[in-house]
Amino acid sequence: MSVDTDQGVDITDSGSSINNRKNNFVRYVFFSCALVTVLTTLGIILVLVQGSIQFFSEVSLIEYFTTTNWSPVIEPRSYGVLPLIWGTLMITVGSALVAIPVGTATAIYLSEYADPQVRRTIKPTLEILAGVPTIVYGFFALSFITPIIQTFFPQTGTFNAAAGAIVVGIMIIPMVSSLSEDAMSAVPDDLRNAAYGLGATKFEVSTSVVVPAALSGIIASYILALSRAIGETMAVTLAAGMAPQITGNPLEPIQTMTAYMVDIGISDVSVGSIGYQSLFAVGLTLFAMTLSMNIFSMWIRSRYREEYQ
Amino acid sequence: MSTDTTTPFSDATGDIERKRRIGRAFVAICFASTLVGIVALVALIADVLYESWGWVTWEFLTYPPSQSVDYFLNGTRGAGMYPAIVGSIFLIALTAVFTIFLGVGAAVYLEEYAPENRLKSFIEANIANLAGVPSIVYGLLGLAIFVRAMQLGASLIAGALTLTLLILPIVIVSTQEALRAVPDSQRQAAYGVGATQWQVTRDVVLPRALPGIMTGTILSLSRAIGETAPILMVGAATSMFVAPDGLRSAFSAMPMMIFEWATLPQAEFQHVAAAGIVVLLTILLLMNAIAIFIRNKYDPRS
Repeated sequence: MSVDTDQGVDITDSGSSINNRKNNFVRYVFFSCALVTVLTTLGIILVLVQGSIQFFSEVSLIEYFTTTNWSPVIEPRSYGVLPLIWGTLMITVGSALVAIPVGTATAIYLSEYADPQVRRTIKPTLEILAGVPTIVYGFFALSFITPIIQTFFPQTGTFNAAAGAIVVGIMIIPMVSSLSEDAMSAVPDDLRNAAYGLGATKFEVSTSVVVPAALSGIIASYILALSRAIGETMAVTLAAGMAPQITGNPLEPIQTMTAYMVDIGISDVSVGSIGYQSLFAVGLTLFAMTLSMNIFSMWIRSRYREEYQ
Repeated sequence: MSTDTTTPFSDATGDIERKRRIGRAFVAICFASTLVGIVALVALIADVLYESWGWVTWEFLTYPPSQSVDYFLNGTRGAGMYPAIVGSIFLIALTAVFTIFLGVGAAVYLEEYAPENRLKSFIEANIANLAGVPSIVYGLLGLAIFVRAMQLGASLIAGALTLTLLILPIVIVSTQEALRAVPDSQRQAAYGVGATQWQVTRDVVLPRALPGIMTGTILSLSRAIGETAPILMVGAATSMFVAPDGLRSAFSAMPMMIFEWATLPQAEFQHVAAAGIVVLLTILLLMNAIAIFIRNKYDPRS
């Protein structure tokens, strides 16, 4: 959209060299602002890698990725990150079980069935869910979701993976529903009308024409939502607990990678200690997981995008 | 190969009825799913209001916190989240200053100045990626760079700089959209009377895009004010008894206080946490209302 005026003969040159110098100066100021974003990425990578190098000079990568006991601060120390990854995966899979069916069905309803007035009201209402601070979800899990789970399963403790997964699932419903709805609304009506012309029902048009045509956008929304679930911090810290363990039981407390980082963040771990360094190793693991999912999501969207005129 | 010629579609009617039923069931499922999100939102708000009922008092807004839950009750000595409210307001005000400068600067560069080349697409792809980085990772960045390397300590300014980096990607993208909405004819007209690019940007583009920029920035700031993880990593205090009084001052913030109260074992503190949430959500609601007001009032399209 920008209009490039720097090329060619500048007819204002004779009269306003001050203006031109100012113009160039401002260009550099704006460029530096844009550069800050690049420096942020470099800074994140540098900080995480540097801290991790210190950590892995004392802990072997094999111990980190293959052993199953995580206790970097409390004796006897051990450095197997798998329980944290397992906890994170439990929350992620659990929240996906909530958000993917609900979000997809919501998107189909909003895009194919709801009249425009209803859609204009419901879509922003659902998006409020994404704007609620995550600490509020943590409170909601403790004071509302966990007591409900406890009425069905009395042995459930105050902190349990299920409550964490459910609130994170609720939190990411709007990511799935809004992004999928955008993808479905972008499917041209010609495709729908062609299917109706062949005698398809509305159900068949929705599930066999619209969803496949919008599939790349829908899948991309799933991956983005899951990546958000992996990085979710306060809700799972409050709801799911601080007990790093590998368990298949969602009613038990667990600890995610993010909750571990909070645990260290609020305790008095001295700078330079192995506990402090472990923050960056876990942070790098988390960053690598979310970054690869985000890039994967972008790749799917561009690779499998159906272009419509 | 049906031999029945009198009713040619007789075998299809049962099929149509079956399809109708599938269709109705499908709409019902989709509609019910839509309600799940709405019901969850209503339950969340109702739960917070119910738990906080009677605990949000004038004292709660104007007194420092207390270890004793009794002081939070109405008609006692009084305890609340005053230092955290002030901390959050200072934090967001500082963040706003940094974000507006950096965010608008970066967006103006990308939309108005940058040539369409690899550097521009690299910067934009990088911004899209940054938006997906978990907020706690920004906390680690702030801890290592601002708190340790730059020796700012666990201070208000370290927290504000961390939050600035966190919301910068969102602010840049929304500002870019606002700049893109300014018609090119207006730029051309200004160039036509001899304005330099900076003059066009300052006197034509920015004033016209201002409402859009404001809306996007306020919405991003309302995200920042609810963030706990980044400021927790930077070292915001869980309980502060005095409000911060300078850039290098230690600070608490509303989400930190709520986190502290929610983790305390005494059941009554759940009500205090809920009261804190009500205050936080009210401020969020106000910020969003202002953003929507600005959009509706100044948006040339509406």
